[in-house]
Amino acid sequence: MTRYILRRLIAMPFLVLGIVTLAFLLTSVTKGDPLTAIVSDRQMNNPEVVAAAKARWGLDRSLPERYVIYVGNLLSGDMGTSFITRRPVAQDVLYRLPATMELVVAAMIVGATIGISLGVLAAYFRNTAIDHGARLFALFGSSIPVFWLGLALLYVFSVQWGILPGPGRLDARATAPPMVTGFMTIDTLFAGDFRLFLDALWHLLLPAFVLGWAVAGTISRLVRANMVEVLSREFILTARAKGAGEFRVVIRHALRNTLVPTLTVIGYSFAYLLTGAVLTETIFSWPGMGSYAVEAARGLDFPAIIGVTIVGGIVFLFTNLLTDVAYVVANPRVRLG
Amino acid sequence: MSVLFLSRSARPRWLTPPLIVGAVLILFWLVATVAAPWMSAHAPLDMVGRRLQPPSWDHLLGTDALGRDVLSRTLHGARHSIPIAVTVVAFAVAIGASLGAVAGFVGGFVDTVIMRMVDVTLSFPPMLLAMAVAASLGPGLENAAIAMVIVWWPVYARLMRAQVLEVREREHVEAAIASGATQGRVLGKHVLPLCWTPVLISATMDLGQVILLAASLSFIGLGATPPTPEWGSMISDGASQFYSWWVALGPGLAILTIVLGFNFIGDGLHDYFDPRSR
Repeated sequence: MTRYILRRLIAMPFLVLGIVTLAFLLTSVTKGDPLTAIVSDRQMNNPEVVAAAKARWGLDRSLPERYVIYVGNLLSGDMGTSFITRRPVAQDVLYRLPATMELVVAAMIVGATIGISLGVLAAYFRNTAIDHGARLFALFGSSIPVFWLGLALLYVFSVQWGILPGPGRLDARATAPPMVTGFMTIDTLFAGDFRLFLDALWHLLLPAFVLGWAVAGTISRLVRANMVEVLSREFILTARAKGAGEFRVVIRHALRNTLVPTLTVIGYSFAYLLTGAVLTETIFSWPGMGSYAVEAARGLDFPAIIGVTIVGGIVFLFTNLLTDVAYVVANPRVRLG
Repeated sequence: MSVLFLSRSARPRWLTPPLIVGAVLILFWLVATVAAPWMSAHAPLDMVGRRLQPPSWDHLLGTDALGRDVLSRTLHGARHSIPIAVTVVAFAVAIGASLGAVAGFVGGFVDTVIMRMVDVTLSFPPMLLAMAVAASLGPGLENAAIAMVIVWWPVYARLMRAQVLEVREREHVEAAIASGATQGRVLGKHVLPLCWTPVLISATMDLGQVILLAASLSFIGLGATPPTPEWGSMISDGASQFYSWWVALGPGLAILTIVLGFNFIGDGLHDYFDPRSR
């Protein structure tokens, strides 16, 4: 097991370098001219301005030269300067990462809660209406485009019924608390403003559900399959024979035995959540990495695109590594290939 | 639909309700792909009514900001989404499966190089990578399609390699090598024919996810460009006409039903092949 973990850790720097290289190469095959994002249309005819802009942003150097400079800068935490915001990309990304993380963690909590409850219910009431309902809920969750679901729910709950807040992280009239962790729900508590905390939580509800639904479906399907198997084992019969109540049998005896695969699927769902967050953030005007990536992609802001892609890739890589390692540690029977 | 209500004994065992519902949904959209011009009352780009009209008998799903019929545009959307998904998956399978087969069969250095490429590509969140590629190539459906092939091929490379590694060890392959067959012949005649089925099944099931990804790219403006009646960009129109809810309703339901169709079929097949979960 130690050898497996070591081997995975050794591969990490190479994978990260691979991510950096691929992300860098992508933007060099571009057909769009990044100059259009820097120089205004009128100045495009002015060769001096164009040459100055090229020199300023390093666009006059050769590809290998730019690659070496980029990797060198990256090692000292410099991801270049965004064409659009004119701020360092690393700073932009760090500033926006916590908002995405807050959304993803909230979605994960929503997804895991709904998914585990539905999975347990579906397994216990196998082949009844409850089971079929849970299956439909799961299938819909992985089929609905999040950007459409977000729009629809915003329209119904916020505009029509007015029971949930509109887009954003706080009420438009509220002033944000000083940024400590970047998690709005935590920062408001640090600032000692409980009403603002509730407001932040309130704003988090709809996007977290929109993002968490698909994951809830995946989790419920897996929990159900494992629960069906565990519930048919003999120790469950023993527990019942000893007079344990049904609730105790299902939760304490059966559910506990499905924890390893459940935690694993929750870990892997992170990938889906990161992908879904891009679109959810766009709909809910959530100032995270996803909406930053969309703005960068729309505006041909290449330093920003490379930066976001690299950071997203690294976050993704490490959560998958953690999940894999946790799975191996929790389940010594797995064969390591 | 009447098959749904047949008693269990009158229905073949593999023909479960999820499979039937899935097949009906997909069939509907396949028909729309071919017959959209005859199924819809108006041409997708014609401005046929007043702008932003709510659903009525004249326009069952209302009209959009330019007075175009949303239902007609939704039906025509199938002619973009489905061919693109099929093309993307076909290219991804062609590239992924050939590289995977070579990696598994040749092994050694070639295997290492190909599989490290796979690892790196799979290290990105798919949507972010697709966005980065699509943005680099510039907006447009073709570039979005290239981006999706780049995101998707490693899945089939892994699958194919695993298949080849397994089949390569079988006795008939050993016999073919012993009787002096060339490398190419062993791979082409004795190994590959036994590897295709799982790859093709998984490719078919992936079509729904590819449709979803393509729509997502179009939604953020990196796929289809106006006035193409593509579902993702139609929902984007709907987002900018937020209070006219019907503009996004048609395309949203379209994506939902077709992806649901593929997921129903995948779920049904899963039940059939994995009785444990029944």
